Amino acid sequence: MTELLKIRGLEARVDDRKILNGLDLIVNKGEIHAIMGPNGAGKSTLSYVLAGKPGYEITGGEVLFNGENLLAMAPDERAARGLFLAFQYPLEIPGVATLTFLRSALNAQRKKRGEEEMSSPEVLKRVRALAKQLGIDPEMLKRPLNVGFSGGEKKRNETLQMALLEPRLCVLDETDSGLDIDALRIVADGVNRLRAADRGMIVITHYQRLLDYIVPDVVHVLSAGRIVKTGGKELALELEAAGYAQYQNEAA
Amino acid sequence: MNVQIRPAKTAAEIGLADLFASVRGSLPGGREVGAIRLDAFGRFATAGLPHARHEAWKYTDLRRLMRDAKPLAPRPDAGAKLRAGSAGALFAGLGLRRLVIVDGAFVPELSDLADIEAGVSIRSTASALAADEPILSQGSGAAALMNDTAVALNTALASDGVVISIAPEVVVERPIHLVFITTTDTPAATFTRSRLVVGEDARAVVIETHEGPDQSEYQVNAALDLVVGDGAKLDHVRMVSEGDAALHLSTLAAIVGVRASLREFSLVTGGAVVRNQLSLTLTGEGAVAGVNAASLLAGRQHVDTTLLVDHVAPGAQSRELFKAVVDDEARAAFQGKITVRPGAQQTDARMMARALLLSDDAVANCKPELEIFADDVQCGHGSTTGALDDELKFYLMARGIPGNEAEALLIRAFVGEVIDAIEREDLRDALSREMANWLARGE
Ligand SMILES: Nc1ncnc2c1ncn2[C@@H]1O[C@H](COP(=O)(O)OP(=O)(O)O)[C@@H](O)[C@H]1O
Ligand SMILES: [Mg+2]
Repeated sequence: MTELLKIRGLEARVDDRKILNGLDLIVNKGEIHAIMGPNGAGKSTLSYVLAGKPGYEITGGEVLFNGENLLAMAPDERAARGLFLAFQYPLEIPGVATLTFLRSALNAQRKKRGEEEMSSPEVLKRVRALAKQLGIDPEMLKRPLNVGFSGGEKKRNETLQMALLEPRLCVLDETDSGLDIDALRIVADGVNRLRAADRGMIVITHYQRLLDYIVPDVVHVLSAGRIVKTGGKELALELEAAGYAQYQNEAA
Repeated sequence: MNVQIRPAKTAAEIGLADLFASVRGSLPGGREVGAIRLDAFGRFATAGLPHARHEAWKYTDLRRLMRDAKPLAPRPDAGAKLRAGSAGALFAGLGLRRLVIVDGAFVPELSDLADIEAGVSIRSTASALAADEPILSQGSGAAALMNDTAVALNTALASDGVVISIAPEVVVERPIHLVFITTTDTPAATFTRSRLVVGEDARAVVIETHEGPDQSEYQVNAALDLVVGDGAKLDHVRMVSEGDAALHLSTLAAIVGVRASLREFSLVTGGAVVRNQLSLTLTGEGAVAGVNAASLLAGRQHVDTTLLVDHVAPGAQSRELFKAVVDDEARAAFQGKITVRPGAQQTDARMMARALLLSDDAVANCKPELEIFADDVQCGHGSTTGALDDELKFYLMARGIPGNEAEALLIRAFVGEVIDAIEREDLRDALSREMANWLARGE
């Protein structure tokens, strides 16, 4: 089966406000999909609904992940099955060392999948190697997760987590925001290294810039909680030139 | 006419009076000590047990919480000593010098009294009292605290404890572990008074643990007086994991000298009703004191931490950090007061209290206060109360960490700040294990 993610007619509300309005999307294995759209379109909401954040009420539609009902799973179960969300705003967790967090996450997932837990030295070795690739100072791994990290460091840290956890589906929510061009390149290289025939990606972005580095197979425009247009990578360039004005009032 | 109406005596007050009358003749001490005891009990009898209208006991209404008085625990027999052998297990294997106090009595044969460092003296409080030494009128028995209920009762009824003195400039490499254990499963009371004098420029690390059986309504009243001499350095780690029906009243009274350092760490996980009171007096210029305290509570536990920091000398620094994790219907209270005396210029004092509520019925009361009589000082206090952060929990879960583990990680992170400052890794680890045990309760 090549269908990794299948979203049909997804409707979701938060605080009695309908944000997703019948969203359809299919991501096959090996594909990279870009989702673009104006601020407030519902891009982050979609990513949170996929990851299982509490507080979102699903009022319609369905989401199948590898053929299974994703919406019935708890967030940790979704992660163990291979869903990864790189947060638009990674959270700071005082008192939890980055390395402790990485080890707990990796082994919790392995345990849930019935795999053997990885020893601390082995985890450390892998994390060190990834940190080097991503230009992360190894000293940062001892610091509490994301606490006092710059915007760019947080995004690199998200990329490191993703590379370590080797998910099946990566959802990147505005991973480019807050990055200068050098950091953007490093992060994009990290993401590109994860491209694989059995892995899918959804790259959410407001700007076309990121897509110069992470070249998508498909580009969607999300507006007012629905996919309103789908095209190839040239669609991103059109959007860059024309802006989102023509999509602002769609499907209110 | 202004008539002071005294409420009728409670069963506990009557019981305590009967207890004192029946045991005072057999408590250790000569004529001087006897007079101090009589005076102390008189002060208790006049004031009675404190209730919610006593500001200092605002959150711990002893009139209500202490239902009766218990007889003094019998001197430990062979069975009691056997049960006491495994006490303080969390710190076993760390090479600490164990001094074991069973049912309120210091037991030399369970204690490690071999190869005591030169300049260190260790005696039982009973023997010091028998020699009519005035230790009951010092420290917690001195003017500032002598009217406090717990102290007055302790002074009146103290039967034993440990008196340690460390000569100037002696560095005690091996930490001392005061192991307090109650073994009786018939309701009993213990009153201990201990004293530790750290001489000028001396150094020591002292651990104090309190434990006892579950489902036993025993009562512990323990007082520890600390004198940290000029230039001396003392780290004191205290763990209270009393049985689930125990009433534990404890008082720590410390005097910190010139450029001396006292670092106090406390972790409370056990006891039905716990009142932990600390009084720190910074009498020496440039003294440094830190109090890091955490309470982890569940069920219907009631734990009150009351802290008085008195800046008498100029240029001293104090830092107080209090954290409470409260589950079920438990109740945590924190009262902290920093006083800066007129002469205590350049005082640098800060107090922070944070509570994490894990259930809707959990309660945290917090009352930090500053009383400043000097003008050139830096003082601050703050407090926060809140639930676990759902966003953080979701972030952890989104990485595959199950909900209960995510909560445990966040709770550990919340409390971690309190114990992370402990210098010795082995002690830090021991307290972490106690925390982990608490987090795994009921599993
Ligand atoms: N918790 C919330 N309560 C109310 N409205 C929300 C909440 N979260 C998001 N929204 C609203 O939903 C819409 C979509 O938000 P979001 O998914 O963050 O958009 P995008 O990521 O595309 O910028 C916005 O109008 C936003 O204000
Ligand atoms: Mg967004």
